[in-house]
Amino acid sequence: MTAAATLNSAIIADFSVRLPGSKHEAGSFDLRVDERLPGAGVTVVFGASGCGKTTLLRALAGLQPIESGYLRVKGETWHDEKESLPAHRRPVGYVFQEASLFEHLTAAGNLEFARKRAAATVNAQEVQDVIALLGLGELLQQRPQQLSGGERQRLSIARSLLIKPELLLMDEPLAALDQTRKQEILPYLDRIRAELKIPMIYVTHALDEVTRLADHLMILSQGRVRACGPIREVLARIDVPGILGEEAGAIVEGRVTERDSEWHLIRVDFEGGQLWLRDSGEAMGQQLRVRTLARDISLSLEADQASSILNRLPAEVAAIAEDADPAMALVQLVVGAPGETRLVARISRRSVAQLALSPGKPVWAQIKSVAVLY
Amino acid sequence: MGFSAADWAAISLSLQLAAVTTLILLMLGTPLAWWLARTRSRLKGPVAAIVALPLVLPPTVLGFYLLVAMGPNGPIGGLTQSLGLGSLPFTFWGLVVGSVCYSMPFVVQPLQNSFASIGERPLEMAATLRAGPWDRFLHVVLPLARPGFLSASVLGFAHTLGEFGVVLMIGGNIPGQTRVLSVQIYDHVEALDYGQAHWLAGAMVLFSFLVLLFLYSIPARRGDAGLRFSA
Repeated sequence: MTAAATLNSAIIADFSVRLPGSKHEAGSFDLRVDERLPGAGVTVVFGASGCGKTTLLRALAGLQPIESGYLRVKGETWHDEKESLPAHRRPVGYVFQEASLFEHLTAAGNLEFARKRAAATVNAQEVQDVIALLGLGELLQQRPQQLSGGERQRLSIARSLLIKPELLLMDEPLAALDQTRKQEILPYLDRIRAELKIPMIYVTHALDEVTRLADHLMILSQGRVRACGPIREVLARIDVPGILGEEAGAIVEGRVTERDSEWHLIRVDFEGGQLWLRDSGEAMGQQLRVRTLARDISLSLEADQASSILNRLPAEVAAIAEDADPAMALVQLVVGAPGETRLVARISRRSVAQLALSPGKPVWAQIKSVAVLY
Repeated sequence: MGFSAADWAAISLSLQLAAVTTLILLMLGTPLAWWLARTRSRLKGPVAAIVALPLVLPPTVLGFYLLVAMGPNGPIGGLTQSLGLGSLPFTFWGLVVGSVCYSMPFVVQPLQNSFASIGERPLEMAATLRAGPWDRFLHVVLPLARPGFLSASVLGFAHTLGEFGVVLMIGGNIPGQTRVLSVQIYDHVEALDYGQAHWLAGAMVLFSFLVLLFLYSIPARRGDAGLRFSA
């Protein structure tokens, strides 16, 4: 792809939004973004509540006026100084936290509402495909009031897909659901990601919920972008302390290369090393994405063979940064040489001093647990 | 006994007046209620208060000012005369103008409550589904506000049917033109013809009861706030 083509498929957002303060709060809130997001894959926008992530989504959809700046999506100008495309002219599918179905229509009526207004003709086969993709076949004649929370949200997602959006915006679609319902929805999101080539911007305050979906990660805090980039790079950074807190932890991608049937383990090789994981029936050669939380990695100067820890990797300290917690420090590690794989460990500052850690120092990373994302 | 020819004329006139008034009120009241339900303007309070005035004013006060306004020297009278429409007092259309003012709150308030209870979300949802402003109003607001429209129509109609004071002030008692039901009952009583009065009055009680019974029997649904102000 040429540079121009990349530019034309990206989402270029350089704008600010101001929300007037309510009577009870002093001052107003403003959001400032200047980023280029990829026009493909899933971008997760992460931040605590009140950080501006919903405001960002609403501004992208045209539901929230942009104060100044511009917004270009795949080469089309949606907002600049001269004009702003109203919400109903923007080809975005929006999924709200609560399903927000039209209660006066049946499930089929809700889908039809979107199909009739789609940006391009949607034929009967495409409607059937979306219904099948979200498993709605049995529910079409039901009224929204008769559906469960998970079903409502699936219907809402299907409805947003039927306008043939060029951009899918999801505002914490799982937040209002209990754990079981979340697990019910996630596979459908996986399928949308895998089968439809629609870029998705997914807002959440629960990072682990969607790390398996994400290609790109934007971290927002108090209306400002703290980090933005490919998810592996952002999660391996240690200069955005505190924002991720207990959720800090890098992602490792590799391939299943060996199965140890005696101990029910599989070996995953990644650039610079290997990890042993519990065997959950993954196929040989399967691509896996795993997450190692920073709090689950401890460091030692020697390979401690007399330990129950399964995964010990030789690594080198790349950088050390302070954590938001004054007792803790974040240590970025490079595994293997030249090693493109980076891990983050969260250890006490006293340990940093006792082990005399500094950039370039060889250590052993002991990984207590690994979460398989996919 | 039963209804006399004059009674039937009064009933028919009342029904016509109520129907025309309700129709006009729905046309005027819908945008007004929509504005009241969504505006953040400082004018909201004063406008809402003016709309609600007929709820508390004696009908004679309202009728008196309307009579003055529609008279040859009043603003409405001046307008109708310069348009060649003649004078409104003591005509059917004079009664329509009076009834529209008099029944306004009974149409605007149920609509306003019902618009307000829809909230912002279904409209935003519809906008992201590519529905423009008119499309949103026709296909989202109107169906969701249906109970409100039902209450507004029924209340506006019934309230106009029972109007007396305003009619007497601006319409007088002209058979076939302004002698509506309530005036006809008044005439019967004046003439000590209690038998005839009973027939008409009884019919009014029955009709009003049935209307209210109908309104209160509509299954309570989210967004149905039709009778909140009067209940």
